[in-house]
Amino acid sequence: MIYFAKWKIVLIAVVCALGIVYAAPNAVDRGTLEGIPDGLPNKQISLGLDLQGGSHLLLEVEVDAVIRERLVALVDAARTELRRSRIGYQGLGVQGQGIAFTVRDPGKLEEARRIARQLETGTEVTVSGNRFAITLIEQTVRDVKTSAVNQSIEIVRRRIDETGVREPAIQRQGADRILVQLPGVKDPERIKRLLGKTAKMNFRLVDQSMSAEQARRGRPPPGSELLPADNEIGPDGQPVQYLVRKRVMVSGDTLVDAQPTVQDAQPVVSFRFDAVGARRFGDTTRRNVGRPFAIVLDGKVISAPVIREPILGGSGIISGNFTVQSARDLALLLRAGALPAPLTVLEERTVGPGMGADSIRAGKIASVLAIVLVIVFMAAVYGVFGLMACIALTLNMILIGAALSLLQATLTLPGIAGIVLTIGMAVDANVLIFERIREEQRNGRTPISAIDAGYQRALTTIIDANLTTFIAAVLLFQFGSGPIKGFAVTLAIGLLTSMFTAIMVTRLMVVTWLRRRRPQVLPL
Amino acid sequence: MRLIRFVPTGTRIDFMRWRRMAGMASAVLVTLSIVLFLGVGLNYGIDFRGGILIEIRTEGPADIGQLRSELSTLDLGEVELQEFGEPTDVLIRIERQAGEEREQLKAVEVVKEALGPGVDYRRVEFVGPKVGAELIEAGITAVLLALAAMLIYIWFRFEWQFGVGAVVALMHDVILTIGVFSLLGLEFNLSTVAAVLTIAGYSINDTVVIYDRVRENLRKYKTLPLDDLLNLSVNDTLSRTILTSVTTLLALLCLFFFGGQVIKGFSFAMIWGVIVGTYSSIWVAVPLLVYMKLKRGGLIVGEVDDDRPAGS
Repeated sequence: MIYFAKWKIVLIAVVCALGIVYAAPNAVDRGTLEGIPDGLPNKQISLGLDLQGGSHLLLEVEVDAVIRERLVALVDAARTELRRSRIGYQGLGVQGQGIAFTVRDPGKLEEARRIARQLETGTEVTVSGNRFAITLIEQTVRDVKTSAVNQSIEIVRRRIDETGVREPAIQRQGADRILVQLPGVKDPERIKRLLGKTAKMNFRLVDQSMSAEQARRGRPPPGSELLPADNEIGPDGQPVQYLVRKRVMVSGDTLVDAQPTVQDAQPVVSFRFDAVGARRFGDTTRRNVGRPFAIVLDGKVISAPVIREPILGGSGIISGNFTVQSARDLALLLRAGALPAPLTVLEERTVGPGMGADSIRAGKIASVLAIVLVIVFMAAVYGVFGLMACIALTLNMILIGAALSLLQATLTLPGIAGIVLTIGMAVDANVLIFERIREEQRNGRTPISAIDAGYQRALTTIIDANLTTFIAAVLLFQFGSGPIKGFAVTLAIGLLTSMFTAIMVTRLMVVTWLRRRRPQVLPL
Repeated sequence: MRLIRFVPTGTRIDFMRWRRMAGMASAVLVTLSIVLFLGVGLNYGIDFRGGILIEIRTEGPADIGQLRSELSTLDLGEVELQEFGEPTDVLIRIERQAGEEREQLKAVEVVKEALGPGVDYRRVEFVGPKVGAELIEAGITAVLLALAAMLIYIWFRFEWQFGVGAVVALMHDVILTIGVFSLLGLEFNLSTVAAVLTIAGYSINDTVVIYDRVRENLRKYKTLPLDDLLNLSVNDTLSRTILTSVTTLLALLCLFFFGGQVIKGFSFAMIWGVIVGTYSSIWVAVPLLVYMKLKRGGLIVGEVDDDRPAGS
């Protein structure tokens, strides 16, 4: 039966035509493509960072730090409330996912219980004897972590956008990770530095009740702490230390703008508060004229100028030992906002543009050479049938290109390896069929019946053999990471397209050829 | 035009005669591979071990000796330098630094400072200890799941003996691949895992084709001695086995010689895998059927046309 249903012929023609149309944009340069309207195929294969050059960073949000911060705040709140209600307590502190304290006076247990319950929502209070434990419930912990990660993604996006990187991809990965892909970025050191700072800034008063030196030798007064200077080295080679009040006068999240400028030939950062921040800043500066205040960033003192006059306009200037670059970076960080938790770089893969171009060139040479060799080989072994298989192989390549463009799957260097491997393995289906046809003809069948039997019998083998490899590809995609995924994608696509071209396309060619020539013996 | 025949028509090689010898050879090689793996171990890349890899291109031919002495003063532990493809290209591997991710990042900065602005950074990869451990886990999971999935698929399509035979052949190939990586001290990284999985796919593919023929012949020739039947099946498919191996090898050799330095290891693993996979389909997967008491004749009645010479 070498009858070919009409709909099958139409299907083959349509698939091939679509393949060519969708693969076509890869043959033109990008500039021309922008003129093509969206309805038409205008997408090229998107290249992975290893081919186009760029930087891949995997970041982890230290969500535990957020929880810890939350618990410290809870301890503070508990202390305030207990003192206000004059309940004696001891052993107040963080304990696991919550806080704990012991009430001294058994008569005040009931009141303490009321306070503990009202302290914060999303907590669970357990009392054993006169020991209280206030624990964050699972849901609260989860919510806090989720919102910390979401907020971090937003801040990371803003910071990266501010640096002017084009088309960055920032995605959440797993529970607490952020994958950042920066095409075209050759040296990610600056971005890593920017992402490495939480950039929590606040303005606090300097404690003048004793000098920093005295505080270091003795103990800082309650409500104050010693903080190192960010960029100021003392005579002993260690960073200068400041004694700073713990109470925050104005917090950095009330800033609405920050810009690098120059003052007295020194790079400085100018900033502006929102209405609330401006009023608070105005109030504090009015009450503390003549006293120094500290600008604290991530636990380090950037500078500690003396308030000369009340600053009521809601804007000011931070001077420190800035370079042009560090002033620009600080302004950027202040504009983009603070991260809720520190970020850690878990993984970095950066490829320079030269390397990417070399890889593409090498991949092209290898693929073209592989195709040519396989074509020559197939023609030498199977003659005219081999050539038909090779037309199918070329079509297969076009279909892979079309599928990659259409799905916008990322082509990576291992992905190119997958394509080259497909070139070698794609002819397998045809080899199986042709060998079977040879065999059937040897067993005395006529050309038509030999071809028919050959296709029929080889089919199950082809499906069995390809499905097993397909299973491997799917698992690779599921569990592989980064570039390996790219390999799995092209391998899987290649398997599907090669089955289509080998079974359908070459068959159509063989049948058409058979109808025209009507040979007595197959040249196989 | 005369067409090339790799395997002349009517070839009847008595593969099963070398069954024992091949079995011994495989057993020895598998044992050696395991001993090498346990004794010498694998040269894990930074993907698994964590650490830093930097590829640089210098303006003139690189002076590796001088680079080495410059970098050795930085106190970064073991620093490995190697020419990579071109005389101007140098691959720098720095072992995992003590401490957490932050320490590793600092090391990258220190190296960049020491090398100065005159070099082109072609590639910088850094894998922290946490990710390294996860990648190992994911790699092992992928390989084990792939093995299980293929076993189940073949079990469905064939008798259980075939499933076991195919997976034993597959493990044979995977173990020998790990053995050769250990023997030659080649870097074992994420792309090697991909190669191993692809080898698994190829090996199964090759085995399934022969098994398909065995199954068909089992239905056809109900009285033929098993050894003869297996020989017949291997010979029937021999031409295909060789042709497909050759085309795949052609493509892989192109990749090995022209595909660039970065995927050389991957291509090497694949080339080795295709050779071993082809061997194991014939001499491991098929002979195993003899030992597993394959069901003969019996329930499935296929088409019976004894129009061909039976056996060798």
